[in-house]
Amino acid sequence: MTAFAFTFYLFGVTAVIAGLMVVLARNPVHSVLWLILAFISSAGLFVLMGAEFVAMLLMIVYVGAVAVLFLFVVMMLDIDFAELKEDLLRHKLLGFLIGGVILGQLGFGFATWRTADAAGGLRMAPIEPGVTNTHALGMLLYDKYLLLFQVSGLVLLVAMIGAILLTIRHRRDVKRQDVLAQMYRDPAQAMELKDVKPGQGL
Amino acid sequence: MDEMLREYLPILIFLALATGLALILILAAALIAVRNPDPEKVSAYECGFNAFDDARMKFDVRFYLVSILFIIFDLEVAFLFPWAVAFGSLSDVAFWSMMVFLGVLTVGFAYEWKKGALEWA
Repeated sequence: MTAFAFTFYLFGVTAVIAGLMVVLARNPVHSVLWLILAFISSAGLFVLMGAEFVAMLLMIVYVGAVAVLFLFVVMMLDIDFAELKEDLLRHKLLGFLIGGVILGQLGFGFATWRTADAAGGLRMAPIEPGVTNTHALGMLLYDKYLLLFQVSGLVLLVAMIGAILLTIRHRRDVKRQDVLAQMYRDPAQAMELKDVKPGQGL
Repeated sequence: MDEMLREYLPILIFLALATGLALILILAAALIAVRNPDPEKVSAYECGFNAFDDARMKFDVRFYLVSILFIIFDLEVAFLFPWAVAFGSLSDVAFWSMMVFLGVLTVGFAYEWKKGALEWA
């Protein structure tokens, strides 16, 4: 077995096992940790396919950010998961029914799967020598897929505004630092001396 | 292709070493360490947290806001990478499309700053 095949099976088996453990783990925090392992092994698979940029993106965005967000959500929900599990067991039949339907749909999908005649040849087409994966992506993404790229920018903008609107909450009882007011403070006017006559107030 | 994969070999070796070391440390702690707990040892010392308690508690939603904003700008930077790599051979359309993309997100950034989402409290 070549090193390539060995690495492929190592990452593949790890990804499948980690994916199973995401579902099977009792503690949701452990599920998220298994999910991170699944992400990392899929990143390894992407590197084996020659898709370096996608692999690094998976590490930066999914492992670095999305997994943290998942952890936040899991930690933020103050739910007794043992109780929730018991509730799930009561609806076992319904769960199996839904799972069966989804499995059937997947089966139908694969049964009617047809590839274009040219697809096999395109897949085998060699990458131009001297053009890296990231470079090839850069040549396509901003020009040919301009609309999708701009729409993704708008989606990010909407996500930003939505997150701010939903979660911002300013406390009125806290004193905040006003940098400009501090800088423009005039020491000469900070203190004033008053000559108070005896027997009189200010 | 093979050459590219060969460049990743040190990372693979590093990964194997890291996994091996982690396993050795965990197993060593499980096998060698002396362990005889008693109620006094495992209880909280003076004013500490209970040692074995549910870690799940409600915390401020603002942590969530910080991480969402982090992800958004993380993605923005991720989009910049292929653009920067292919910069020399980009068309004008590609150049200005990235400028518009950055402009849109700068509008979001200005909104965020004005709204005080970057300030704690």
